[in-house]
Amino acid sequence: MGKRLAGLLLVVVLLLITVALSIAVGSRVIPLGDVLAALGGGGDPDDVLTVRELRIPRTLLGLIAGAALGLSGALMQTLTRNPLADPGIFGVNLGAAAGVVLAITIFGVTSPAGYVWFAFAGSVLAMLVVYSASAGRGGTNPARLALAGVAVQFALAGVVQALQLADRGALDQMRFWVVGSLANREAGTLWKLAPFFAAGIALSLLLAHSLNALALGDDTARALGAGVAGTRVLALVAVTVLCGAATAACGPLAFVGLMVPHLVRAFTGPDQRWVLPYSMLLAPVVLLGADVLGRVLARPGELQVGIVMDVIGGIVFIAIVRARRVVHL
Amino acid sequence: MRLRIPLRAVLVTAGLFVTLIVMAGFTMTTGDFRVPIGDVLLAVTGDAPPAAEFVVNTLRLPRLLVATLAGAGLGVAGAVMQSLSRNQLGSPDMIGFSQGAATGGIAAILLTASGTVGTSIGAAAGGLATALLILALVGRHGLNGYRLVLVGVGISTVLMAFNGYLITRATFGDAQRAVAWQVGNVSGRGWDHVTLVAVALAVLLPVVLLYNRRMSMLELGDDTATALGVGVLATRLVPLLAAILLVSAAAAMAGPIPFVALAAPHLARRLTRNPGPNVLPAAVTGGLLTVASDFAAQHALQVQLPVGIVTSVFGGVYLVILLIVQRGGRRS
Repeated sequence: MGKRLAGLLLVVVLLLITVALSIAVGSRVIPLGDVLAALGGGGDPDDVLTVRELRIPRTLLGLIAGAALGLSGALMQTLTRNPLADPGIFGVNLGAAAGVVLAITIFGVTSPAGYVWFAFAGSVLAMLVVYSASAGRGGTNPARLALAGVAVQFALAGVVQALQLADRGALDQMRFWVVGSLANREAGTLWKLAPFFAAGIALSLLLAHSLNALALGDDTARALGAGVAGTRVLALVAVTVLCGAATAACGPLAFVGLMVPHLVRAFTGPDQRWVLPYSMLLAPVVLLGADVLGRVLARPGELQVGIVMDVIGGIVFIAIVRARRVVHL
Repeated sequence: MRLRIPLRAVLVTAGLFVTLIVMAGFTMTTGDFRVPIGDVLLAVTGDAPPAAEFVVNTLRLPRLLVATLAGAGLGVAGAVMQSLSRNQLGSPDMIGFSQGAATGGIAAILLTASGTVGTSIGAAAGGLATALLILALVGRHGLNGYRLVLVGVGISTVLMAFNGYLITRATFGDAQRAVAWQVGNVSGRGWDHVTLVAVALAVLLPVVLLYNRRMSMLELGDDTATALGVGVLATRLVPLLAAILLVSAAAAMAGPIPFVALAAPHLARRLTRNPGPNVLPAAVTGGLLTVASDFAAQHALQVQLPVGIVTSVFGGVYLVILLIVQRGGRRS
């Protein structure tokens, strides 16, 4: 118990360091002293603008979207008993993306608070399709899950591209959103979506105990007095709200939810009361870290965090496939 | 060697071929400028009115031929890879070869500003390098299982992201060209494209056909095949190399058109009910799928879409249905 608590403190320290890096380091080089001055509102006006109007909102968005994606990944892996479950692989993010693109092109909805509902609907539909294609006795088959996810992603990506090509205005509006990025989001996006994030995070953490019971198998869980179906439905609601809000805010980001819970479980073991808080705190470290990396690697331009995450995530995915004989799970 | 030609397979292939011809007829006559079928035939021999001749010989025919030949190449490659991996999902686009060829092609377009030939060389190099990387990652015993497909999914993701990165670094014009190519597109193709993919198919298809029977025997297992006098290593390597080159040629000319290599051999096998790679039926099915998808891409919406979008949507839906059906089968 002591070890895990100490580990949690370490993760919090890591998180603080990453946040500091995300504010201090960017594609435009600003000396540390000037960053501190800019934080207080003094110094060069350009620096103040960069730090206060660009980097701080971006960092906040990374924090909360990362937390949401980490939690939803952990929830999905537990629910499906599948080590490869991830909102990206599950097609949830692209489902949300397709919902958003539909909202913009066909219904003319332009604000994130408006299209978040379309994102929810899209992610639920995609999740149901992928789940029904990969489910079997005692959970989902990892290989079939990955394939169903790939299939749904292809289909949805095609629809998104077709809609974009059919509507030039939408293409311009969606071009950067579709890659997955924390930068240049509309002001106020975060605050409009904050209630969704808050509800999703609270619900996930409250479910930790029941999910532990569920992990013992349905029969045992029932014998322990846990509401099996209720827990599942609530966990799915939490996943949908978290992924939908994160996608509405940042575009589709894959692999955060895949690798973070893996790292966490290796350290904490399977107890959800530890896995969920750890995932919630570690995922923003990964997401913001990737974002900072993208800003540094491609100077003077920058790489969208979605691209950086795909590269890192793809490699981790292969490592997981090679290390664990997932096929035999 | 005794040749047994299954009647059903021959009939199916002939039927598919006739459908392909009919589909080609639709493609050649339909569009903003309608060309009667008689003028299409005259245009090919050079006796049509100038307008019809221009539309047919410069605009529509090269596009149709690139779609047909690239689709056929993808069908053959898929048939070879699915047979060798003994895995219905082990097609080149599922395991990342197509993405690797795309990466090579995009790199050639963006970094060396090369034309058709350079793009093809880049695509071939990218496809080969990806193939080697995947073989190294799955190991000797991983070729048959799901691990191949899963590693491929991971590799595809990394490559797609890398392609995205290359495109963000390019000038606007280059980026547009690369993006259009990356989806899988046959619009605006000329006779040089046709020549290249036709040469690739003319050289590689006979090689694959030569190994058709040996690949069928290899599907029975390495030991059985060896006992029947089949050289296992050569029967793997030669068709595999041919498949990679075919994918690269198709990708170089038309971009990485998704799902044709997955679906064509699968559909062909179901239609012929014949074990083995079914190389020729898969080739015709691949050509037909691509031509039909391109027809839909041109005429389904008000805007012209790249063919890759159509195959992406329908292929995705097809794969989901395939997985759901398989699940039902395994349960019962």
